[in-house]
Amino acid sequence: MPAKELSPIEIYQKLPRTNCGECGEANCMAFAAKLVNREALLEGCKPLLDPENKEAYDELWALLKPAVKAVEVGVGETALTLGGEYVFHRHEFTYFHQPAIAVDVSDEMSDEEFELRVNVLNDFSYEYIGMQLTLDMLSVRSTSGDPDTFAAAVKKASELTNKSLILCTLSPDVMRMGLEVATERRPLIYAATKDNWKEMAELALQYDCPIVASSPQDLDMLKTLTHTLEAYGVEDIVMDPGTAPNDHMAANLNNLVKLRWQSVNEEEEHLGYPILGLPLVAWAVEEEDTIINEWNEAVLSALCIDRFADAIIVHGISGWALLPQIILRNNIYTDPRKPVSVEPELVVFGEPDELAPVMLTTNFALTYYTVASDIESAKLNCYLIVVDSEGMSVESAVAGRKMTADTVAEALANFKVGDKVKHRHLVIPGRSARLSGEIQELSGWTVSVGPLDSSGIAKYLDEKWTPFPED
Amino acid sequence: MVEPNDIELLLNKDLLEKLAKFQAIELEDVEIELEEIEFSVEGSGGGGISSPLLARLGFEFALIRDSANRITSLLGGPASPMGIAVPQMMPAAPGLAPVAPAAKPTELIPETMGVPVGDYPGSIVEVKLGATKTEGGTRAVSYVIGGEKVLPFFNFQAETPNKPVIALDVFDWPKVPLSKAVKMHFREYLEDTAEWARVCVDKFGAEMINVHLLTIDPLIEDAPPKEALKTVEAVLEAVDVPLSIGGCGDPHKDYEVFKAICENIEGERLLINSVTLDMDIEGTARLVNDHDNCVIAFTSMDVNKARELNRKLYDFVPKEQILMDTTTAALGYGLDYAFTVMERCRLAGLKGDPELNHPMSSGTTNAWAAREAWMKMGPEFAPRELRGPIWETVTGMTLLLAGVDYFMMMHPAAVDALKTMINQLMSDDKPAEPTEWVSVRM
Repeated sequence: MPAKELSPIEIYQKLPRTNCGECGEANCMAFAAKLVNREALLEGCKPLLDPENKEAYDELWALLKPAVKAVEVGVGETALTLGGEYVFHRHEFTYFHQPAIAVDVSDEMSDEEFELRVNVLNDFSYEYIGMQLTLDMLSVRSTSGDPDTFAAAVKKASELTNKSLILCTLSPDVMRMGLEVATERRPLIYAATKDNWKEMAELALQYDCPIVASSPQDLDMLKTLTHTLEAYGVEDIVMDPGTAPNDHMAANLNNLVKLRWQSVNEEEEHLGYPILGLPLVAWAVEEEDTIINEWNEAVLSALCIDRFADAIIVHGISGWALLPQIILRNNIYTDPRKPVSVEPELVVFGEPDELAPVMLTTNFALTYYTVASDIESAKLNCYLIVVDSEGMSVESAVAGRKMTADTVAEALANFKVGDKVKHRHLVIPGRSARLSGEIQELSGWTVSVGPLDSSGIAKYLDEKWTPFPED
Repeated sequence: MVEPNDIELLLNKDLLEKLAKFQAIELEDVEIELEEIEFSVEGSGGGGISSPLLARLGFEFALIRDSANRITSLLGGPASPMGIAVPQMMPAAPGLAPVAPAAKPTELIPETMGVPVGDYPGSIVEVKLGATKTEGGTRAVSYVIGGEKVLPFFNFQAETPNKPVIALDVFDWPKVPLSKAVKMHFREYLEDTAEWARVCVDKFGAEMINVHLLTIDPLIEDAPPKEALKTVEAVLEAVDVPLSIGGCGDPHKDYEVFKAICENIEGERLLINSVTLDMDIEGTARLVNDHDNCVIAFTSMDVNKARELNRKLYDFVPKEQILMDTTTAALGYGLDYAFTVMERCRLAGLKGDPELNHPMSSGTTNAWAAREAWMKMGPEFAPRELRGPIWETVTGMTLLLAGVDYFMMMHPAAVDALKTMINQLMSDDKPAEPTEWVSVRM
């Protein structure tokens, strides 16, 4: 059943209704509400795991299981869940598992290039709203077509990284050798096609690995493959509808949209699997400069991230191209049910004295963390008022009248800022310059307009700050 | 077909030991039906037991059972304690592969996939921007935007009736803060708004120009409305594409300036950017209506506010003269909100909400508010000359997929990239051949 149509009552009626509290909730109704919001797992209900409650468990699972199967790739700490999604539009519920980004290496690359790429995969990290954004997987591809060469590359890959692997070759003989050396890593097999499906399905079963069903630009054949693989006994399937470079964005978009719509909105059989996007096809086109390949790949990747891909493989490893991709996937997969905001409060940095600067920002999490990290890295001693802007950035909050002279004056009073410092001098963000006069009038504080971006705070305070500007 | 030696790899010692003690064996999730020689695995997971392994297990099991029967009969025990031997299970010759279970398909199972059917009783209104000579204006082109009947570029449900339009921003204030990557393209024209606009059209393919009148801001120069009018007239003279007229964000001053412009420039079907909930809505709306212009109804990321403003405008302006802008936040700085509010508005409009079925506008230039778009970062993120425009491109494309019809942009490379994307999404070309990539050396 589509997640959006599920009610807690429906779930509650199938729970043991003992209110035993073993799940950590006050009662079964509260647990049911958590289940409906996918904030709790069915396994949290211990009595339900009793064999005599198997029927209830199965019924509940049928109601609660995601429309897109959650497929596990890899093992241990770096294991990934692909898919596990419930809805088409993120506002209908939320998306759960960010698309995994895999970096491409091939078995004919020089050691130097191979290692450079694996190092980028291992080391890439960007701090964003208090999180570390990283890359997820290594895709090892056979361009040689030689089983031993491939096995050597897969072996090298597994030694260099403990992140999850995708093994790419359409030759079952080559694949077998790759699996032979990486079987403990539970890699994702790419791919079963209409031509090799039987051999590849055997390998998937034999090595107990998830497998991609690949049918570029032919969705009927893709469904044919997933059904056949299911009948063969394969359970963990990922779908590749084909990704085409440059001129074929409509085909790319339509394939992604059709697949996800049919699996989620229509619950069509044999289609409830995660989708693989292949932005690296942008490199299969001859361009004047590889920068163009990398640019096209990043744009194609963004399209895949915006529209339902659950894993993507990229060839480009430049930071300028990867950064927008990892931030986009973070944004799109943020839970829209929860505002991305921090508590409005007076934050103290360092050890401010009675003459320390007082500054102001909004409670949009990103704005706050950006400002806070700039203040911290400059080791400033100051006060920062976090105004309740209903989770909006300074610019939007001023334009949308979420941050006004009233709310600022209110915050100054509520947080008793006047008790902390002797002066009455407030520095406001450059993007709220418009409010300076009104704030001054309403609050009685002298208002100065600070820099447009918080990276300029240290310099601004150094050059301009004085507790008593009127003197 | 699986080679027998591969299967042996999976028969680990532990399992073989269990098999050796066959009488105690209990394979919980394996069921063996002797008559049909069929194996099935119950439950998911199966403890990692794969089908080839099962086949092999069946074979080993049969061997053991036969052996047990023979032993029992040798010892003079009761006949066939383990049932009748199944000759089919015996290998034809030692070392041959076991027979695959009959349940495994040997041919593909043909399937056809359903095509998503949309249920959209509503459609987006069409809005015409600009006026050519025959339409009473002086522009070389005019555009119709909107008119969608399905979600953006769901070409399998319906064609996109009108191409989204890309307009470039110019400012009448040379000190407007621009990042280096943007400024390098316009440095010579910052003092001359009309020339700046001309370059945008001639060199960078602007389909429209957004004249942003910042100097009218009481906090900047507080320039009088007639100065602003002069600037707009100069731009109209310099370019032959339609114009949008942007205010400074001060609700009172903006109204005064819009009034001067609407009353003095007739017939051009200008796009007034914008009317907000705290402006004189009736006054602004009347200006738009009386002078046959269009207007952007600007609200801040709130579907209900967007609805409220539209509703208030309907009393004075025909729907066909209203675009809506629900605020664009940059990639990394709230793009998720912007995307979802727009997607919800578009979906509601298509579902028949009569107060949200307007073409949407996006200030995509806001992408540059993201520090990742302009800031000098570590060498691993260089050069920012590429990081900036890709930031604007990804922000714009994401909102294109949410339903934006009118883009206000800044960087030539981003403009070019988004235009290309729009053309590609409109064309619906399918590749003749799947792209070969697996074995390609990149």
